[in-house]
Amino acid sequence: MAEPIPAEEMHAHDDHHHAEQSFWSKYVFSTDHKMIAMQYMFTGMAMALIGGFMAYAFRMQLAFPGVDVPGYGTVTAADYNALITNHGTIMIFWVAMPVLIAAFGNFLIPLMIGCDDMVFPRVNRLSYQIFLLSAIVLIVSFFVPGGGFGGAWTAYPPLSAKAEYNLTSLGSSFWLVAVALEFIAFLLGGINFVTTVMNARAPGMKMFDIPLVVWMIVVASILFMASVGPLIAGAVMLFMDQNIGTAFFDPDKGGDPILWQHLFWFFGHPEVYVVLLPAMGITAEIMCVFARKKMFAYKTFLYTTFATAVLSFTVWAHHQFIAGIDPRMANIFTVTTLLISIPIAEMCFIYIATLYGGSIRFTTPMLWALAFVAEFMIGGVTGIFLGASGADIYFHDTYFVLAHFHYTFFPIAIIGSFAGFTYWFPKMFGKMMNETLGKIHFWGTVIPFNCIFIPLFFLGGIGQHRRIYNYQHFPELAGPEMQDLRIFATVSLLVMLAFQLVFFYNCFISWRKKEKDAGPNPWKANTLEWTTESPPPHGNWTELPTVYRGPYEYSLPDREEDYFPQNVPS
Amino acid sequence: MIGQYVETLSTYANDIDNLILSIGVLVGFWLILCEVIFFYFIFRFRAKDGQRAKYITGEEATQKRWISYPHLLVLVCDVFIVVFAVKVWYDVKQQLPEPYETVRIVSQQWAWSFVHPGADHELGTADDIKTVDELHIEVGKVYHFKLEARDVLHSFSVPVFRLKQDAVPGRVITGWFEATGTGTYDIQCAEICGIGHGVMAARIVIESAERHAAWVAEQSSITLAAANQP
Repeated sequence: MAEPIPAEEMHAHDDHHHAEQSFWSKYVFSTDHKMIAMQYMFTGMAMALIGGFMAYAFRMQLAFPGVDVPGYGTVTAADYNALITNHGTIMIFWVAMPVLIAAFGNFLIPLMIGCDDMVFPRVNRLSYQIFLLSAIVLIVSFFVPGGGFGGAWTAYPPLSAKAEYNLTSLGSSFWLVAVALEFIAFLLGGINFVTTVMNARAPGMKMFDIPLVVWMIVVASILFMASVGPLIAGAVMLFMDQNIGTAFFDPDKGGDPILWQHLFWFFGHPEVYVVLLPAMGITAEIMCVFARKKMFAYKTFLYTTFATAVLSFTVWAHHQFIAGIDPRMANIFTVTTLLISIPIAEMCFIYIATLYGGSIRFTTPMLWALAFVAEFMIGGVTGIFLGASGADIYFHDTYFVLAHFHYTFFPIAIIGSFAGFTYWFPKMFGKMMNETLGKIHFWGTVIPFNCIFIPLFFLGGIGQHRRIYNYQHFPELAGPEMQDLRIFATVSLLVMLAFQLVFFYNCFISWRKKEKDAGPNPWKANTLEWTTESPPPHGNWTELPTVYRGPYEYSLPDREEDYFPQNVPS
Repeated sequence: MIGQYVETLSTYANDIDNLILSIGVLVGFWLILCEVIFFYFIFRFRAKDGQRAKYITGEEATQKRWISYPHLLVLVCDVFIVVFAVKVWYDVKQQLPEPYETVRIVSQQWAWSFVHPGADHELGTADDIKTVDELHIEVGKVYHFKLEARDVLHSFSVPVFRLKQDAVPGRVITGWFEATGTGTYDIQCAEICGIGHGVMAARIVIESAERHAAWVAEQSSITLAAANQP
């Protein structure tokens, strides 16, 4: 085992600790983990706005086919495909990943394990720079001749491989390059996260004293690094199929289009857990703090996480039951897929058990955390229908699938991110957010979210298939009742998008406040990030902390205060 | 559940609906149970003045059983679902009953072409009937289909049959169905296949034996007349 590296050595060549910094070195080329976290956070938010705008454009088309969408114009069939493709790609790879893993990982890991920065600060900076480049490439892909790629975020060949089929020769290559660059950025980030947590923890912090969110980000990073290799290889193969005439996926020349599906989903399914785990960790932190409770069965929670991570590598072909794979394979993947419901169910039980006997304060972050659990359970159980091969024959590629994964990804990427952002905002900026506005924003997001996707479950259940820009071409799907449900979902989306303005307004006025009113520990929490000033200075602590206990010692019976920070000697 | 909104017109449609209903009952039970307890706890344990939270580690056996017993029950439900799902899957996708006729289904950007075997019930003979975007079958007979794709992936989906199968270029995928009622229904392409994916609709016409025989006879005369032209 490597010894923890002393802070002075780590920064032997970075002598800008206390020096005045120029704008460029402070905000753009910074190697400070907190600044890189903010870069990821705000890039992710900007991309979320783009992804949300795309959802607005194609939902308008679905509700009111052929209408001139204000701010977009007419949505043609080609536009529609490009919009849904890039909405999915952006929300997963450029919103969920950067915000949940990179932003929270970068911000929290050094602060929660008690060190002054990541162990590879320059690798960290490089990771963000590659990520930013990937985002730019993706945005550019929309404006090249032929327009953006429209072959769905899964990019199944031959549609994605041949320009004569997808009609977007440049767009599809740009899309692929952007995705591959994004993977490289997160590989670099993942190396950093795992190494930092394993080697740079504060003295006294044992494995089981690490806060759950840090554990979750580490497991997610390992999961990502172990699963993404095949897809990077696949992306290179697809790129060569597109551009230099190889035939890895071309059946006319001996290739196999289904090979791509295996490479994609071998990564794609673990990817769900890559973003799920950090959101679960964030929720766990917040629930413990605001219920003033110790995490119920911390170690069991951790072991179920490991079980989920291992199992997640064995379930990928449930996305391909009817794709033309050998039908006998479906039986095996049905078993593994239903097995993974057990650790996930257990994690939900642990959340519920943690609330038992608590003293729950309904702050904005707590509302988000509770909503995460309540909504995610719906997403979880609806997945059982799709993992059961016999039922998937009917549900595959319908809106039932779409509603199911939005009930997992929305709680993860949006609810989980808002939970973390509102909880750590005081630490990031030293100022409290406005609670009233926070709660208005919470209800204005969560209620419309359910109103969008519950009708879509229903539409999927009665056979509405996916990725169709106008359902009037299908007699069984053109009825006015079904159209009413589509309109209801779209209107709910408009309401939800409008309420996001409250969030940005709240951020703005809170950030503008003159007085830093947060103090080091506004929530009376135990973990180490709350033992330094808000915002933490460069280097995080003047004297690095020592750890004496686990992170969730709330409401200990023999103590006067109901919390016991990790760094306070007993 | 689904049968109320989408007709059940194949021999296995009811099995799939029943499977979905059983899963719905089981997971619905767990979902409602968890949500009710969750919201009850939120209400019951809201902060009150002068009341302190309990200190519970969850590491003792008496505490852990609150999560380990439910988890065993979840496992039991999973076993039931797996057995039921695999049985349905086997019937629909893995076994192939003896066919009455075989039809060829060819998908391409953005149309469906169908080759019916004609009066001699044999594919690949002179009296084959070719149609575009319209598949004619006889009710109560087992059909095999040979599904092909010319260019990209497509998916042959007939909601009233609860049947869906991707078509893959370079492969011929065999499947089966047996209709239990007559009428004309949607065939959808359920796999994104380019800008025309949204218009790649076809119809399946399920006919009684007499009507189907009449249709075959009428089409055969057209086919033969076309073949006899110099």
